[in-house]
Amino acid sequence: MENVTKPLTKNINPDRVFTTLADYECSGGYQGLRKAVKELQPKDVQQWVKDSGLKGRGGAGFGTGLKWSMVPGIDTPQTRYMIANADEMEPGTFKDRMLMEQDPHQLIEGLIIASYAIQANIAYIFLRGEYHLARQRLENALQEARAKSYWGEHILDSEFSLDIILHTGAGRYICGEETALINALEGKRATPRAKPPYPLVSGLWGKPTVVNNVETLCNVPHILNYGVDWYLGLGHGADKGTKLFGASGRVKRPGLWELPMGTPIREIIEEHAGGIKDGYKLRGFLPGGASTDFLLPEHLDVAMDYEAITKAGSRLGTGTLIVLDDKTCPVQMVLNLEQFFAQESCGWCTPCRDGLPWTVSLLKDIIAGKGRLEDLDTLAGLTRMLGPGNTFCALAPGAVEPLQSALKYFREDFERYIVKEAA
Amino acid sequence: MARIDIDGRIHEVRNGDNLLSACLSLGLDLPYFCWHPALGSAGACRQCAVIQYKDAEDKRGKLVMACLTPVADGLRVSLDAEHAQKFRADNIELLMTNHPHDCPVCEEGGECHLQDMTVMSGHTFRRYRGLKRTHNNQDLGPFINHEMNRCIACYRCVRFYDDYAGGKDLQVLGMHNNVYFGRFEDGALANEFSGNLVEVCPTGVFTDKTFSAHYVRKWDLQSAPSICVHCGLGCNIAPGERYGTLRRIINRYNSEINGYFLCDRGRFGYGFVNSPERIRNPRLKGYPDITAETAESHFRNLLKSPKPAIGIASPRASLEANFALRRLVGEENFFLGLDDTEHTLLNAIAELMLDGGIRSPSLREAEQADAVLILGEDVTHSAPRLALSLRQAARHASFELAGTLHVQPWQDAAVRNVDKLASTPVFIAAICATRLDDIATDTYHGSSEDIARLGFAVAHGLEPSAPEPSGLSDSVQTLAASIADSLKQAKRPLIVSGTVCASLAVIQAAYNVAKALPSANKQLTFTVPECNSLGLAMIGGRPLSQAFDRIGKGLTDSVVVLQNDLYRRAPSRTVDLFLQLTDHVVVIDSLENKTAEHAELLLPASTFAESEGTLINNEGRAQRYFPVYPQAEPVRAAWQWLTSVIEDCQWQHHDQLTDACAGAFPCLADIVQAGPGANYTVEGSKIPRQAHRYSGRTAMRPEVSEPRQPQDNETPFAFSMEGDTEQAPPALLPVVWAPGWNSNQAINKFQQEIGASLRGGDVGVRLIEASGSLPWFGDIPAEFAPSPGRWRTALLPHIFGSEELSLHSPPLLERLPPFCVLLNPLDAEALGVEAGDLAEIDSLTGVAAMKVPVQIEPTLPLGLLAATAGLPGLQAIENGAEVGLKKVNPGAPL
Repeated sequence: MENVTKPLTKNINPDRVFTTLADYECSGGYQGLRKAVKELQPKDVQQWVKDSGLKGRGGAGFGTGLKWSMVPGIDTPQTRYMIANADEMEPGTFKDRMLMEQDPHQLIEGLIIASYAIQANIAYIFLRGEYHLARQRLENALQEARAKSYWGEHILDSEFSLDIILHTGAGRYICGEETALINALEGKRATPRAKPPYPLVSGLWGKPTVVNNVETLCNVPHILNYGVDWYLGLGHGADKGTKLFGASGRVKRPGLWELPMGTPIREIIEEHAGGIKDGYKLRGFLPGGASTDFLLPEHLDVAMDYEAITKAGSRLGTGTLIVLDDKTCPVQMVLNLEQFFAQESCGWCTPCRDGLPWTVSLLKDIIAGKGRLEDLDTLAGLTRMLGPGNTFCALAPGAVEPLQSALKYFREDFERYIVKEAA
Repeated sequence: MARIDIDGRIHEVRNGDNLLSACLSLGLDLPYFCWHPALGSAGACRQCAVIQYKDAEDKRGKLVMACLTPVADGLRVSLDAEHAQKFRADNIELLMTNHPHDCPVCEEGGECHLQDMTVMSGHTFRRYRGLKRTHNNQDLGPFINHEMNRCIACYRCVRFYDDYAGGKDLQVLGMHNNVYFGRFEDGALANEFSGNLVEVCPTGVFTDKTFSAHYVRKWDLQSAPSICVHCGLGCNIAPGERYGTLRRIINRYNSEINGYFLCDRGRFGYGFVNSPERIRNPRLKGYPDITAETAESHFRNLLKSPKPAIGIASPRASLEANFALRRLVGEENFFLGLDDTEHTLLNAIAELMLDGGIRSPSLREAEQADAVLILGEDVTHSAPRLALSLRQAARHASFELAGTLHVQPWQDAAVRNVDKLASTPVFIAAICATRLDDIATDTYHGSSEDIARLGFAVAHGLEPSAPEPSGLSDSVQTLAASIADSLKQAKRPLIVSGTVCASLAVIQAAYNVAKALPSANKQLTFTVPECNSLGLAMIGGRPLSQAFDRIGKGLTDSVVVLQNDLYRRAPSRTVDLFLQLTDHVVVIDSLENKTAEHAELLLPASTFAESEGTLINNEGRAQRYFPVYPQAEPVRAAWQWLTSVIEDCQWQHHDQLTDACAGAFPCLADIVQAGPGANYTVEGSKIPRQAHRYSGRTAMRPEVSEPRQPQDNETPFAFSMEGDTEQAPPALLPVVWAPGWNSNQAINKFQQEIGASLRGGDVGVRLIEASGSLPWFGDIPAEFAPSPGRWRTALLPHIFGSEELSLHSPPLLERLPPFCVLLNPLDAEALGVEAGDLAEIDSLTGVAAMKVPVQIEPTLPLGLLAATAGLPGLQAIENGAEVGLKKVNPGAPL
């Protein structure tokens, strides 16, 4: 087992269409679940995951085992819910999609173990509506797994029972926010909820609920199967395990690669993605999807882990890089992103609902040659106004990250539109 | 209490409250939109941002929303910190990016919370130069205008309409800055409390359509504290007048009764005051236009007949007017003007309240009940505002459960998220489905006998010594046991009953249940039909049928009818005969009606809007209303017509009449405390009815002049803008206004604490506190057994179709319930009738057979024929009559 270095993608093989149940079982699939329900108490499973140092892969990076251990009173029988957040909709991010399309059982096993760990008897997979292929394969895999008693009544003849429901969303970015996701599952508007109370205490239908990202859950079977020590050996730096890193933009080989946490950015762009396309130069990149701050070529040697990226002035986010080259206008790129976020604002709180459309309006003005220099101050002011703590959820603070860093790093591009027109 | 530091000053605030509410309670100005004292916090608008510091050392602090921040000892915050002020100014700039800035043509202008908060937040210069998003507006029916472009998306409308009032047809649609608050398609808002949107909306999206029809700015309205006359609850209202017409009704805060909200009948039913049906001049048969003096002398002469005149009183006239009538004709000749059934029921209710030993709750107390049994009422239609309170009581268990999760009651969405996990016992026994069924734990539908039997069974289940009905079915026994069990465990159980079933047994059963309850904090409330029904019962008098007997036996030949259309009280034929046999009929009333048509002498009476008086609501609370504007001669207040003809009358003024009434009845002794007398002044001047900005006083008349303002010798109010309002008790202010607070939300500045009583006390005085005890009632009716081929009529009240005065308000007429009768599906099938078919009703008293369309009501018991009480065209149907029914074949002549 020590030679397993890419647990998340070890079954993903270009020769296969996707990983079937037989393939999955062949490579140790459902052994983690067997160990959990047969040998371990729920609290032990929590402890294993806590000890592994696994952090949430959805972007916020909260300790997964810690989150589970905060679910109150798992010793008492009560309805609790486990939810896999599969509403992957961040522009430039497609890692969960690959995991679900190529190896659906991995997510299902992770979900069952997580449910066991918090003693949830109902689990949901909240799947992005546009992920048709993932839906087909998950549906199929769920049937297969149920037939083999991996979920359902008395899983593997244990005391633990679990029902799993696959729910496809209607296509809203905000459903990635866990409380908005919960509201959407309840059939309400996908608007985030005020916290406290946190879903851990009062979530889906008022019951204790844990929401974990797909990739996070996919780590869990391996931690159980191969052990904490093995897992701790996978990371390069402060953070543990492996992660799917990706690159899109004008790189030679856009794609996804499972690499140890803490892999330097340079290695991802230059080795795995094959470097920037000929004739183009690297201008900057968003390290973790559309809602993270730009970094510059000078940051290429920063390690892709939560702390290092934060120190460099951005966020690890989803770990999927969006690369900006020297022939793409950063102002237009930011306009494209802000249009997306303005569109996807749920409309609940003022700064996000009315602030993002204003950034779009100003960026359009600037690009159309109707900008004024003071607009850049207005834009900068808006990025502060829509910052963390000022809005109801994290959508707007994330949305303004590319804008605020673009204003810092690419100010001359903005000014060129304005000054050229003025001249 | 918690000690908190706000901008360096220490304040004591209520522990667990949210910081916004605490700041407003302290009188501090902090802008807000989405928070509402009754709706709690949402955290959406981000307008109430303040800086919170970790400790005394923290210099930087972090921005938090006051509405989402619980106060606790040691909390240190700043409202004035530069960063907080800048955030609030920037936030409102964002809110305003799409606002049309159409204040000059917006009806909210001048009383707009958005205007006030914009000024308070300091946003003055607009930087946004993009296009504004625009919306289509909807036709929301006769009550409410819709102008969505003004919307700032505070979400209050849907939080009130759907979450608080149980509405279904107003929703948030769309997303991002295109969120739309409206209906799926055009159409009248269905909820009975839709009018509150006008006051809940902080800007001009939802405005009062009835006010639009004769709009003036808030500051040009003349107002006085008043009481709603459209049901027995006594909600406090602030009517507004200009140029001699009543322009609108808005809520007047009374923490014990209506709080922040009114029902749509109370808000939009005022049109009768301006109606062309108003009686404007005295009329003597054969002499259409006579002066008030001539009328007065005729009145005096008519009373000189050797046989004593009799007086017929009114449940919609003030205590004072009824009392003056009683003095005029003498106790022996004083009749309450109620039909026998209602007379009996109201007397029984008054007796139970006075001597039954069980507390009659205010609406605020009803809202705090933790278990409710409704016996025989569709409260939404018989006492609408109570239904809104019961809807909140039904959330009691949610609040309790949320509390165990450390969720405060003001964390509205979080409490609602556990709604499905918690169930407050609410049981509704009614003739058929009611509008509160969606909050009911269980419902029961039956005839009045069967409802009473269920009640008796519950009482027996609670207390074995209570009489037990015999022959109950298993299902009723099970239900009764489950109700008894829930009520027994409750700390503040509430029993609601009333006159809708027209059944004494139902009322007595309700009393038995209440008496049997073990809780010391149990409550029993009865709905009554009219604004002074209980007051009239407390004065006491003979039933109307005895008045008919008097005339029939020739014992008298003249009658004075006070504000009462007898045709609503008795079958037409009976009233016709009575009026024919009476030589002299004097009618004092405000609106033309069938009784007024028969008057020999008709005296025009002012309405509530132009006169003063005391009313007693169903709780037993006496409240005073005051004239909003002077009545136009020769219209006079009913009490003035009556006292003008009393021999050697000592009562020149209304206060004297009130005093005398209080002196005459021990149970009414405290009514003098219901409001201050005419001598009350603030710094030597009366309280002005007009705002200090009241405009155009010299130009209101064809000739530009300013004659002396009309004088008011009867109340502490002046028809003027001069006077000191600052020291007037808030409870006596005609409208609320404070510097910087031009909207109704200025009420914050007049409360002892947000959501609590007004400073200086709420209006009104409770006349009845629980005392005494009555024995069990044991007169249990037998089970209702339908007779083959016969149907028992059951009249069901409707908020828009049943009340006499509001039926003269054109907007309400657009919302009448369908003209039809209801039948059980099996009955309909047996008759071969389908929904929409005509059926012929026979055996009605005094009228030929009626043909009415049938609708099918699955929850209506077999053998009952239900119809809307008082609905024009159906008034010939009496309650509890036995009638025959047959299908009218299509094509048969109508």
